[in-house]
Amino acid sequence: MAEEKLKKPEEMFDVSLTPEAGDWMEPAVSFRKGTYCYGAPLKHQRYLDLPNQREWQPGDADWKLPPDWKETILEGMERLIKRHRSFRLFLDICVRCGACADKCHFFIGSGDPKNMPVLRAELLRSVYRRYFTPEGRIFGRYAGARDLTEDVLKEWFYYFFQCTECRRCSVYCPYGIDTCEITMMARELLNLVGCNIQWVIEPASNCFRTGNHLGVPPHAFQETLGFALDELKDLTGIAIEAPINRKGAEVLFVAPSADYFASPHWYTFLGYLMLFHEIGLDYTWSTYASEGGNFGLFHSMELAKRLNAKIYAEAKRLKVKWVLGGECGHMWRTLHQYMDTFNGPADFLEEPVSPLTGTRFENARSTKMVHITEFTADLLYHNKLKLDKSRNDQWKITFHDSCNPARAMGLFEEPRYVIRQTCNHFYEMPENTIREKTFCCGSGAGLGADENMEIRLRGGLPRANAVKYVKEKHGVNMLACICAIDKAALPPLLEYWVPGVGVCGVHELLGNALVMKGGQERTTNLRGEPLTPPDEATDVR
Amino acid sequence: MYLSYSIILILIIIGFSYVAAGLLGCRVLLGIIVPYAAGTIFVVGFVYRVILWARSPVPFHIPAVCGQQISLPWIKSDKIESPHTSWGVVSRMVLEVLLFRSLFRNDRVDINKPERLIYGGNRWLWLGAMIFHWSLLVILLRHLRFFIEPAPGCIEVLQSIDGFFQWPLPALYVTNIFIFLALLYLFGRRLFNPQVRHLSLLSDYFALLLIGSIASTGILMRHFYKVDLMQIKRFSLGILSFDPVTPEGIGTIFYVHLFLVSVLFAYFPFSKLMHMGGVLLSPTRNLMNNSRMKRHINPWDYPVKVHTYEEYEDEFRAAMKEVGLPIEKE
Amino acid sequence: MDIKDFLAQKREVVLKRWLELILDTYPADAANFLRLEKDRFKNPVGHVLTQGTGILYDALLDEKDPDDIKKALDDIIRVLAVQDLMPSQAIAFVFQLKQAIREEAGQAICGQDLFDALSHYEVKIDTIALCAFDVYARCREEVHSVRSSEIKTERDMAIRLLNMLKRSEKQ
Repeated sequence: MAEEKLKKPEEMFDVSLTPEAGDWMEPAVSFRKGTYCYGAPLKHQRYLDLPNQREWQPGDADWKLPPDWKETILEGMERLIKRHRSFRLFLDICVRCGACADKCHFFIGSGDPKNMPVLRAELLRSVYRRYFTPEGRIFGRYAGARDLTEDVLKEWFYYFFQCTECRRCSVYCPYGIDTCEITMMARELLNLVGCNIQWVIEPASNCFRTGNHLGVPPHAFQETLGFALDELKDLTGIAIEAPINRKGAEVLFVAPSADYFASPHWYTFLGYLMLFHEIGLDYTWSTYASEGGNFGLFHSMELAKRLNAKIYAEAKRLKVKWVLGGECGHMWRTLHQYMDTFNGPADFLEEPVSPLTGTRFENARSTKMVHITEFTADLLYHNKLKLDKSRNDQWKITFHDSCNPARAMGLFEEPRYVIRQTCNHFYEMPENTIREKTFCCGSGAGLGADENMEIRLRGGLPRANAVKYVKEKHGVNMLACICAIDKAALPPLLEYWVPGVGVCGVHELLGNALVMKGGQERTTNLRGEPLTPPDEATDVR
Repeated sequence: MYLSYSIILILIIIGFSYVAAGLLGCRVLLGIIVPYAAGTIFVVGFVYRVILWARSPVPFHIPAVCGQQISLPWIKSDKIESPHTSWGVVSRMVLEVLLFRSLFRNDRVDINKPERLIYGGNRWLWLGAMIFHWSLLVILLRHLRFFIEPAPGCIEVLQSIDGFFQWPLPALYVTNIFIFLALLYLFGRRLFNPQVRHLSLLSDYFALLLIGSIASTGILMRHFYKVDLMQIKRFSLGILSFDPVTPEGIGTIFYVHLFLVSVLFAYFPFSKLMHMGGVLLSPTRNLMNNSRMKRHINPWDYPVKVHTYEEYEDEFRAAMKEVGLPIEKE
Repeated sequence: MDIKDFLAQKREVVLKRWLELILDTYPADAANFLRLEKDRFKNPVGHVLTQGTGILYDALLDEKDPDDIKKALDDIIRVLAVQDLMPSQAIAFVFQLKQAIREEAGQAICGQDLFDALSHYEVKIDTIALCAFDVYARCREEVHSVRSSEIKTERDMAIRLLNMLKRSEKQ
């Protein structure tokens, strides 16, 4: 909430409700509680050997920047321009047509002009012009150039940690200018002087040390997995096994760590375990690579690579044939578009083949990693699973395309196929809010911190609004998604904007519907909620 | 502020050429020296920048995918918006460059029937941009008849189609009207759409005004201050054959037109107008969505510090052993 | 002319003016987007403002179910409550209705008649404003409660696992 300083009586009545139009070139940012994420704690900065280590908060007046911070940033910028064509090109060719302006969920939800993707990029572009182009050096402001000052840096921090790297604007840009690239570069620059947030650095540091974002050590991972198996035994009456760190298995399974430590992710986790047991998959979990997600991606390419290395290293150590990946968003951005480049070639693995259907996943023949919905959709298509759809009848489901699987992979039909096969009631949200045009949950790219709630609620409004529409129209009461951040971010978002709509994973739906050999009659779903008798199935809860 | 500055700038440019050519008679300067200088800046600058972009590495494979990927054989993949073949990429680029596919995506939804797509609102930008760029291309091609002797047949055909309405005389070209309307729309958008106005810089107004002035002087020359076309052709052939002659008996208006074109050429490589050369190189559009099929190489890849399994096991070995997790070293 | 008929007749004009006054509190470029973009999915903020103000205006003229009024207020204020506004700014839009009505009515009625006619409606508007204050407070509470429930979900999960851990240790 905005806080106002106490005013003198005569000033009280002198409040203008119309903000000054102003020029965007003047940096103006105020860090108000609720609109920024906390700074990274010293302990984790140290563990990852990050530059300019110190205790620090964005709300502080003094950011304790190193004395040569400006040179550091400019040198960094030069390096990035030389290394990334995307960066150089995107800084050069924008014509400011404004097609992207109203595509950003943060702009739609807030009306803050600097949340228009074009202006977000201009924040960086103006500095680029000033120091790296002849016209900017000579004509300065008149060529749209501005000096790099501490205020500009703060403004960068504010707005580049108000971009979820969802890439929606890039879809509409006539030149494919990708604000995600711009934001990634800006964050790399900010990192050079030690400005990053707790919600990125802490998981990254945990992941580096223990293999997962939550810092779960191997023995605790085993315990957790054990609890899940106990729960499944109660539910299905079947004693399921789930091997850990087992050498020689055919498949290594990697999921985002939230799946085994957060709610409602947990039920998706149960779904995986049931599926793998039912088809008798020869697989293993790993404690060392117990995280598919990669918060390094929200920090720098280097950190992303450092964290990502574990997956191939573990696959090699465990001598598996190929890798299967769980439901997660930015994890799949990394796996699909970066992993092979970062840490490949994976020549010690084999081209993935489904052991049940014999399907060769040719689309993954180099990276050797398959998305679980690709794997499951293939099983379902070949009728390898027995399903009782009615167990999901208490839910009217809509599907939220998570930004990264949508716009990095084009994974649209596979999850929908799984949903249609496992549920009776499925309704799509309006066309311009799904698939490649999907709206972000507003909490991606490391912004899901609870202290950032106000910004998240703003940014999530466009998504929630579309959910509200299907709720009103079709009585939708459950939103399925394939992203761990979504599963964490959307429940509070929907609680605020569209109360009465829950969030689940696609493999939770599968787990509910899956009829297991030798299983007992189920009376509840995975959440322990009673299954609705068939005659009441059409009612909306 | 930026708007008024850019208008002043244009007026200075026009005024300068008018005074220099008309009053002071610096025809060699405006007719020969400036065009050659501008042409050189254009060619060198354009090539330099395109080479700079083209040679910049593309370390990661980052297409922005806008359609179903190729995965399972029974799922129909989108071969253009999520291309996995060279043909797909070429089609995608062709759609992008010739038809502005992405701008066209700007769909909107009827309030009462959100499940149904209808045309509206933002497609105007697509239409304006299409008309502008295509008219510009046709006009440029039409100008080829000044530079090639004899004028190629296809240019003649193009010209006769463009001048289809044989009225008034000389025939009014459709593209002249189109480009004017399109420029008016694009400029009006910058002025009256507050979002676009807020983010417009001096160069945005300037580029539009410059092209607008070129078009206006061109139209003036054709329909009002009739100039001797043979003289102009002689002049342009002279320029091309590096045997320049200053044309005689051509009004000042031609020099103004020529000077404006020279300014555009010289300005081009330093400006956002370079988007023409950049769009083909955009890594979010010109890469296939095949990053799991084929390994993409990062040319400047370097080894990074990782946390190895050995280090990991060293830290947790005791605990792992206690709960019976397999370990490498006892 | 009866003020009620007058206001009913002038519905569109007053509503338009009211919306103008509300949008004037946004940065210029945002305001235009909110005003012009008719797609409810691209412009949810503008959508709730247009819809909500209409309902409130009708409630002013005719007796309406208080729940409907609350719902309309909720739709609007829920958005404003997370938008960098001070509490006073967030509910100012209700009072701006007074201004919109006065401007319009002032052209048709004058003097004591205007005063009498308006005072009836202004009392009603004040009541709506009080109600808006409640709604605002509740929305802000909800912002904090979703935040704390997010933390609580995490904690519950941790505790659940902890309990399981204790149980398994006992065995």
